Amino acid sequence: MPQPKTLYDKIWDAHLVHEDPDGTSLLYIDRHLVHEVTSPQAFEGLRMAGRRVRCPEKTVAVPDHNVPTDIRRAERIEDEMSRIQVEALRANAREFGIELYDVDDVRQGIVHIIGPEQGWTQPGMTIVCGDSHTATHGAFGALAHGIGTSEVEHVLATQTLIQKKSKNMKVEVRGSLPLGVTAKDIVLSIIGRTGTAGGNGHVIEYCGEAIRELSMEGRMTVCNMAIEGGARAGLIAPDEKTFAYVKGRPHAPKGEDWEKAVAYWRTLFTDEGAHFDKVVVLDASEIEPVVTWGTSPEDVLPITGVVPHPDEFEGGKREAARRSLEYMGLEPGTPLRDIEIDTVFIGSCSNARIEDLREVAKVMEGRKVKEGLRAMVVPGSGLVRAQAEEEGIAQKLIEAGFDWRMAGCSMCLGMNPDQLAPGERCASTSNRNFEGRQGRGGRTHLLSPAMAAAAAITGRLTDVRELMSS
Amino acid sequence: MEKFTRLTGVAAPLPMVNVDTDMIIPKQFLKTIQRTGLGRNLFDEMRYDDDGNENPDFVLNKPAYREAKILVAGANFGCGSSREHAPWALLDFGIRCVIAPSFADIFYNNCFKNGILPIVLPQEEVDKLLDDAERGANATITVDLEKQEISGPDGGTIPFEVDPFRKHCLLNGLDDIGLTMEKVDRIEAFEKAYAARAPWAA
Repeated sequence: MPQPKTLYDKIWDAHLVHEDPDGTSLLYIDRHLVHEVTSPQAFEGLRMAGRRVRCPEKTVAVPDHNVPTDIRRAERIEDEMSRIQVEALRANAREFGIELYDVDDVRQGIVHIIGPEQGWTQPGMTIVCGDSHTATHGAFGALAHGIGTSEVEHVLATQTLIQKKSKNMKVEVRGSLPLGVTAKDIVLSIIGRTGTAGGNGHVIEYCGEAIRELSMEGRMTVCNMAIEGGARAGLIAPDEKTFAYVKGRPHAPKGEDWEKAVAYWRTLFTDEGAHFDKVVVLDASEIEPVVTWGTSPEDVLPITGVVPHPDEFEGGKREAARRSLEYMGLEPGTPLRDIEIDTVFIGSCSNARIEDLREVAKVMEGRKVKEGLRAMVVPGSGLVRAQAEEEGIAQKLIEAGFDWRMAGCSMCLGMNPDQLAPGERCASTSNRNFEGRQGRGGRTHLLSPAMAAAAAITGRLTDVRELMSS
Repeated sequence: MEKFTRLTGVAAPLPMVNVDTDMIIPKQFLKTIQRTGLGRNLFDEMRYDDDGNENPDFVLNKPAYREAKILVAGANFGCGSSREHAPWALLDFGIRCVIAPSFADIFYNNCFKNGILPIVLPQEEVDKLLDDAERGANATITVDLEKQEISGPDGGTIPFEVDPFRKHCLLNGLDDIGLTMEKVDRIEAFEKAYAARAPWAA
């Protein structure tokens, strides 16, 4: 009987071009997503060496990180450096024959949202991008991870990556989620448990009933933050939901190829008895809506909790907690529900898909954004934006007091004009709460779209369950 | 890529855990289309105040550490984004070796592509080096990659582990792409077999 394999083992083996005796491997890459910030130096490297892009048809480019989100951005990007980067991407795509979803294209959006949307992302594939949140695509059972610019150049030139195999880690979430608890709460709770280094050196496979019950959008939210847990990649075995999502998309297999593909995709699961180097089990019924209080994504607590005291931690984390609280302007013992906010940001590759916007609209039903609060929605793609407009969600959110923006990464990392001012406090559906992440001196609390909507209504961090029962 | 063989220099102590890539190089400096020139903005938000003046308390602003070539830091160094601007900024500042109890995967990988040696040591060894580093300019450390050995100012040595392939590339300043290009026939053979097996993906 053959050795039982994990899902990760299977995808790895199917893409192995060559392996040296010491385990250094050459791995074939199926799809390469390229954006404006981490690619210019890679293309420049190709030019200087006189190299071409080996497989332009397996490569797609989109500007997302620093594009403004105002409606008139296609005419002109004011910031000169940003404009140069976007123009460089455009010129490089043309020179090397790569498909580009430009700023004025309705298909433009956050690279990790348009990959699945356009059907580039498929089960069993290896997918890379010069961005750590490439882990998102793992929701389809694709081995997807972020790479640096040198590796971007390597993939452009050779369609392969030099890798060493990671270890296998399983995160199982048993049972069903309680009301008001979402995919974001699952993944933040996992990181709260394992820490931001818990997955270092591993590829995580998320499984269990609560994961299976998630929509594809929810699964993408979970895999998106695998990197915040230290793992390069997160994986969820594909199932009927996955196939249904992929079917009919522009770059999805068609006709006979579709049948063949699905037959293969059905073999993509972890075999009974396969070995995991690390296993974490959570009970879904114990997960609550959570928020972060500090400047690391592991600083997670249920919304019912209080700001912790640094002395509750040990080792280097104690000093880190002290520094975090000072930066965040928070006193130990303060109930999280008493923390007032200035801004609400709904967007990012964690939570800017249509389902996320529906969640927000549901909580906002018949309610308004608190007066004086800045609240913005940045859809993940032009197509998400269009769909939300078609479903009437956009209109509802605008009437409730949200600023309805064009697609991009926006305030998740503040490379465009959407930034926090020093000291400004934000309830954010993004994935990182690092110091200065959303703007120098800005203070970020990570949470789910439903929780962000609740905060928008009350002007403070709020337990969305209270609004659901009323 | 510049070779890394033996490095002697001042080690700067940065005893913080979870130093993320946003700290190493904030996003406003990612708009460059070059690899060089980022050293000035290394650790920008800790190094400068809101008006752009140097913060005298930050380690790299102290006279003893302005020429530091080695950084000794806390666990999970380089977590967060995949931005290679982080190692580029370190390199541009002059730092060619980072020593910590653990690193985030992508950052760790990116270092090797830029002639920077990241060294993982047990916490107690890192603590010892942090103590050495606190002694400033009097505390030069030598990192010998060939021997896989760090020599402290007091003559003691600490051995370290490094992946043999990565060591070979660093010692010889080898370009990954050039190495892979030598295997192009294998890539072609793979592509042919793959197209037969998974035509929808090929």
